[in-house]
Amino acid sequence: MAIALDKPEREGTTDTAGYAVRFDHVSKSFGRAGKQQLVLDDISLDVAPGEFVTLLGASGCGKSTLLNLTAGLDAASAGTISVPGGRPALMFQEHALFPWLTAGKNVELALRLRGVPKAQRRPEAERLLSLVRLQGSYDKRVHELSGGMRQRVALARALAQASQLLLMDEPFAALDAITRDVLHEELTRIWTETGVSVLFVTHNVREAVRLAQRVILLSSRPGRIAHEWRVDIEQPRRIEDAAVSALSVEITERLREEIRRHGQQ
Amino acid sequence: MGSSETTTKDEQPDLAGLEAGLDALESGGGDERPNAGRVLLTKVLPPLVAVALVLLVWQLAYWADLQKDYLLPSPGDVWAEYEEMWREGTLFEFIWTSVSRGILGFMIAVAIGTPLGLLVARVKLVRAAIGPILTGLQSLPSIAWVPAAIIWFGLNNSAIYAVVLLGAVPSIANGIVAGVDQIPPLYLRAGRMLGARGLTSVRHVLLPAALPGYLAGLKQGWAFSWRSLMAAELIVQSPSLGTGLGQLMETYRTLQNMAGVLGTIILILIVGVAIDLLFFSPLERRVLRSRGLLSRVS
Ligand SMILES: Nc1ncnc2c1ncn2[C@@H]1O[C@H](COP(=O)(O)OP(=O)(O)OP(=O)(O)O)[C@@H](O)[C@H]1O
Ligand SMILES: [Mg+2]
Repeated sequence: MAIALDKPEREGTTDTAGYAVRFDHVSKSFGRAGKQQLVLDDISLDVAPGEFVTLLGASGCGKSTLLNLTAGLDAASAGTISVPGGRPALMFQEHALFPWLTAGKNVELALRLRGVPKAQRRPEAERLLSLVRLQGSYDKRVHELSGGMRQRVALARALAQASQLLLMDEPFAALDAITRDVLHEELTRIWTETGVSVLFVTHNVREAVRLAQRVILLSSRPGRIAHEWRVDIEQPRRIEDAAVSALSVEITERLREEIRRHGQQ
Repeated sequence: MGSSETTTKDEQPDLAGLEAGLDALESGGGDERPNAGRVLLTKVLPPLVAVALVLLVWQLAYWADLQKDYLLPSPGDVWAEYEEMWREGTLFEFIWTSVSRGILGFMIAVAIGTPLGLLVARVKLVRAAIGPILTGLQSLPSIAWVPAAIIWFGLNNSAIYAVVLLGAVPSIANGIVAGVDQIPPLYLRAGRMLGARGLTSVRHVLLPAALPGYLAGLKQGWAFSWRSLMAAELIVQSPSLGTGLGQLMETYRTLQNMAGVLGTIILILIVGVAIDLLFFSPLERRVLRSRGLLSRVS
């Protein structure tokens, strides 16, 4: 079985729109009228087709909220989010795989719900599993996999949706450093191979710099875009590369400043 | 499909090996099957010993003449009743009459209780309206329905099935409600992200996710079916209905045959336990084990 590494067929119109997702003055508040808590304030941001953007921010600044809005799991209080390529794929912080299915069947279910004909599902699922290097784990149950393997299956399932936009909510936060390193390399490889646009949420500065072409820093309470950096370091990078460290130090300084500001208020 | 085929132009060759090593280290040795001797010793032997002890105490009580023999027959007397039924060829007929009724009633109850439970679990208005009623019905002894069922349907099978359904449907419906309520919201959101809506979502996410709770409800539903059936059979007597275990017991009572009554009680127990052991328990264990919710370790 030859593994095709070309871009999966996509039905949307990202290329003509010029962006994979556009946030246009998006705000979100929770709570009832009178006791509202503003979580996201006037976020405007474009992610270009094929771009890898990380959203960085302290815990509770609204990163997951922003992804949920993008995924359509919740509605914005103001502003609009346009995703021209259709429903994005979302990878949760927990793997969110279905324990009643095997690894392979989890991927197949995503294909089925996308409308892939029955005969093509099995080979396509095997292709996606080998893309995350789990070709031998098709029949494994979720509980038989390690944490890193589960996240890779979850990634394969997200890729099975063939969305033009992949949303990732701290997908590697629960993994040990060694496994996370390896998955960074895998993600970079897969992103290069598939050309998918990625919006990746994390509160780990080095991770953000390691992966992204652009790092967006969110301030807290309410979440606003505080600053953004282009990362012009050539891939494949390593998390311990000097250039990655240097930029991480700069971003960390800025992040601390943001956090300190809250102490003074 | 070797992994070498996945390697591409600009990739570090050691990554695949590193990953394979991590996977091997992290995923451990897998489940080990317990051997047959151990299962025999830890699972089969204890209940057998317990039954033997009960029989022994019973026999001792008989020998000690605690009661007159017609009030307290010996295990041997009960055995003689079985032998007689066996010789007349009626033993399995009695059992089958009841079991077939029980199974049919249970299946109808599943067919009604499942959609009902799903409605209660998923539609707020329905839950508010009949949720409490279902819970209330579950605590109502099903024998309370027998007089009403006889007045409505007469002394026939319909009356018996009505009692079984009124006993089993609420517990099956409540089982699926509990199963749905226990689903982690993450699964539902993941299903939505994959594009599962409406009935597709029910079929591919909701039902499988609710299965463990649903099975527990089915198990309880069977127990309720069987109990209700015995209550109904004891009272709903008619020559045209055939003789189930309940009717058999009532016949023995009118004959003042205590050995027969005791023997029938034991048969009712055995059938209830056997269906659970042969059907529901293995099913439940299989489902739980396949999801990693049950460890094989003793
Ligand atoms: N459904 C909700 N109802 C009310 N408040 C909410 C809801 N969801 C999130 N919030 C609030 O919004 C804020 C941002 O939450 P969010 O989960 O988006 O943060 P986060 O940046 O993802 O944090 P973390 O890094 O810890 O995951 C928090 O203060 C939280 O209390
Ligand atoms: Mg979060």
